[in-house]
Amino acid sequence: MFDGLPLLSLAIWVPIVAGILVLLTGRDSSPCLSRWLALAGSLAGFLVTVPLFTGFNATQSGMQFEEFSTWIPAFNINYHLGVDGISMLLILLTSFTTVLVVIAGWQVIQKKVAQYMASFLILSGLMIGVFASMDAILFYVFWEAQLIPMFLIIGVWGGPNRVYATIKFFLYTLLGSLLMLISFIYMYHLSGSFDIKDLQNLPLTMTVQVFIFISFFLSFAVKLPMWPVHTWLPDAHVEAPTGGSVVLAAIMLKMGGYGFIRLAMPIAPDAAHALSGVMIFLSLMAIIYISFVALVQTDMKKLIAYSSIAHMGFVTLGLFIFNIYGFEGAVLQMISHGFVSAALFLCVGVMYDRLHSRLIADYGGIANSMPVFAAFFMLFAMANAGLPGTSAFTGEFTVILGTIQSHFWYAALAATTLITGAAYTLWMYKRVVFGEVVNQAVSTMQDLNAREIIVLGLLAVAVLGMGLYPFPVTHVMQVSAHNLLTRIAQSKLH
Amino acid sequence: MTFELPNLMPMLPEMALLAMTCFILIFDLFIQDENRSVTFVLAQIAVFVTAGCIVGTSGPSVSLFGDMFTRDAMADVLKLMICLSVEIMFIYSSTYLKLRGLFKGEYFVLTLFAMMGMMILVSAGHFLTLYLGLELMALSFYAMIALDRDNARATEAAMKYFVLGALASGLLLYGMSMLYGVTGSLDIARVALAIDSGQVAIGAPLVFGLVFVVAGLAFKIGAVPFHMWIPDVYEGAPTPIALFIGTAPKFAAFAFFMRLLIGGLHGLVGDWQQMLVVMSVLSIVVGNVTAIAQTNFKRMLAYSTISHMGFVLLGILSGNVAGYSSAMYYMAVYVIMSLGAFGMVLLLSRAGFESDMLDDFKGLNQRSPWYAFMLLLVMFAMAGVPPTVGFYAKFAVLQAALQAGYVWLTVLAVLFSVVGAFYYLRIVKLMYFDEPQQLAPIAPRMDVRLIMSLNGLAMLVLGLMPQSLMSLCTYSIMHSF
Repeated sequence: MFDGLPLLSLAIWVPIVAGILVLLTGRDSSPCLSRWLALAGSLAGFLVTVPLFTGFNATQSGMQFEEFSTWIPAFNINYHLGVDGISMLLILLTSFTTVLVVIAGWQVIQKKVAQYMASFLILSGLMIGVFASMDAILFYVFWEAQLIPMFLIIGVWGGPNRVYATIKFFLYTLLGSLLMLISFIYMYHLSGSFDIKDLQNLPLTMTVQVFIFISFFLSFAVKLPMWPVHTWLPDAHVEAPTGGSVVLAAIMLKMGGYGFIRLAMPIAPDAAHALSGVMIFLSLMAIIYISFVALVQTDMKKLIAYSSIAHMGFVTLGLFIFNIYGFEGAVLQMISHGFVSAALFLCVGVMYDRLHSRLIADYGGIANSMPVFAAFFMLFAMANAGLPGTSAFTGEFTVILGTIQSHFWYAALAATTLITGAAYTLWMYKRVVFGEVVNQAVSTMQDLNAREIIVLGLLAVAVLGMGLYPFPVTHVMQVSAHNLLTRIAQSKLH
Repeated sequence: MTFELPNLMPMLPEMALLAMTCFILIFDLFIQDENRSVTFVLAQIAVFVTAGCIVGTSGPSVSLFGDMFTRDAMADVLKLMICLSVEIMFIYSSTYLKLRGLFKGEYFVLTLFAMMGMMILVSAGHFLTLYLGLELMALSFYAMIALDRDNARATEAAMKYFVLGALASGLLLYGMSMLYGVTGSLDIARVALAIDSGQVAIGAPLVFGLVFVVAGLAFKIGAVPFHMWIPDVYEGAPTPIALFIGTAPKFAAFAFFMRLLIGGLHGLVGDWQQMLVVMSVLSIVVGNVTAIAQTNFKRMLAYSTISHMGFVLLGILSGNVAGYSSAMYYMAVYVIMSLGAFGMVLLLSRAGFESDMLDDFKGLNQRSPWYAFMLLLVMFAMAGVPPTVGFYAKFAVLQAALQAGYVWLTVLAVLFSVVGAFYYLRIVKLMYFDEPQQLAPIAPRMDVRLIMSLNGLAMLVLGLMPQSLMSLCTYSIMHSF
């Protein structure tokens, strides 16, 4: 049915074109038009990604839905798109999250509505482009281009310290990615191609691999973020508007993990093996140390931001264990964290809209005035703590399972997250939701409205669905994950 | 004895321009101040006719007057780009000049003379023509900077530029005389032949000559350590003149490099490469770091120019065709960006208000989202962020330098472009995140509106389809050297 359509191009360009339309028609006097147009655009963007899932052939290991046309022949750069089971899931996550973000910003954003909505739509198209690119320079263009809308989102609609946060975010990311660009060009001179498949097959000496891996590491570790280059994330999250935090946590962080999967590990497999000890150390550091940092936060957004870093530690841990459980667990964790962190940031956003504070101390006893909200918040808090039956459990459990196979003590250390994660999340939950109402304003807070229930409800379905029945997700990515793992296991030293 | 007139057709553009400029010079004397727009229109016609002549008479490479004048693909493309940027400058600057009483015949005539100097320089095949073009251009500039004669800063800038420019010309002439002494010719092709064939010993006099010539070149392009005049001139000169100096002459300077270093002294590539490496690194470092400290937009652009020139040198020093064409591409992209940035200063300026401080850009997004977006595109292009065209310029240069084996140089260059990204981001920050200080409506003329929009969108369009401009540069280099 969808055979003839360039689905991936549509997935990229529909939101971008919709964003440009919103920008062109937007007037400050009539924000309603912008909102509805943005909603229509994001829904259309989501709908064109659905056939990617339904039409995906899970038994095939290569790239699917491929598109190819020459773009810059002088440097053999092509507009080459394609997805495997992993990137397809991330694309779906992106288009789904964009719909939520548009709905979540419906009433909250009153200033420059058209620009806000347009930024998110364009950002969504660019992020899908990152996941769909099969050409290194195309990948790089999308990778960098999404800095521009994100820079504006944090800077224009963010909190008081937004300028510092957004410039820090931009420069950190730019530094890493420029070094990656040099690696790309270097490999181009060896292989004569920027195609990611060719780069994956390119034999490289150990020294070169190590340098290339480090340049990728700087780029992806900053994005992921890994300890110790994570410091931009809490700043950016705290200052970003709710929608910005959601996109940051749910999708942008995944780009780092995706970069490791698609580029760093297959292109420099020997270096990845050689440096896996360091990577595992950094991952465990994130899981253990950052969890304790999260424990002492007084700002809810900061707490969730730190918890994101800890959860991302599982992604890199799973990847650099080099077995199939670890690998699949890492991908599951990326998807699941996309849902859970988005939901938690939205929950904080709901409270912030009513009380204009993110400090835990300002709340307490919300269950009295907002019972429905408290129930939703409970579910997502539990998911963040890795409760069985939620999506987070599937991811973390699989990673730990994989880790145990190769090293018991790593697994034991990683498993501490089940305690610390529960500690910081539930402690925060207790202080915010239960107890006496200390702040008079809390008692007057309105419970969720229909729009918020839709958004949180959709996420709740996703979290529970993936936790109880993860088969559809694991099924589509299994062959791709196997394929990648085999590739990474092969040495490129000839 | 018969006297044969050479075929003058390849020189038609220059001759047409000269004739029209002289006509405008005389004609303008009989024009009242309120009718000065006639001169304005005539000057634009002159630019268009020149461009038309270039297109009409283009053909295979030819040399005239015993190799003094060369007409090749690179010359044609660069001349057309010069025409284009002069025309855009005319459009951007008319309102500004009218409001300040500088809308005079001298301005147009001097611009056209400078443009002619550039065209001669671009086509030079002989040290003397090179020098002739250079001085015609420079002398016009000295006068233009001081056009607003009651402005102390402008006069100071003109004086500084004049003194330093004269010094640089002296260095250049001295270097040329040394090269002449060693090789016995002023003809660039013969100099190249003498060096390549090994007739002359590559010894101290030759290398000394090279050093002086490179110093003169570096001054014209504004590479560190010969950059001191750029910030003062950019800041002091009236904005349209700063725009002019920051755009079209860069093409001429590029041709200057190509004719002298690649056309004439390619045999000494090992020697000048080292010098260019040092200047390129210093330019990128000093330009980007110093720009951060600026509060004046024009001055910031001056330092940003210096760092961009470092990138151009990076392309030239690669010493291969890919490098030269990437440098030319970078230069073209730089000029388009520069036109946009200066054009925006002109667009925002009013009577008695220069709009050249960074704070003047505060809250531009609230005053005019469209122009804020245009300047946003220009700034991200200057920072080299895709999908704007600035990225491909940097990409092309970096890939040429990597091809030539300068890995450390490229790493250094990208590290400092991250530093550079900061001050471009600051402009975006001022426009988008801050509240406006100025509330005057922005209502430029229709032509300015159109060209500014095209200028800004060119960042995006050329970025999404970088191939055309890129292959134009490659083509013109391939067919000229």
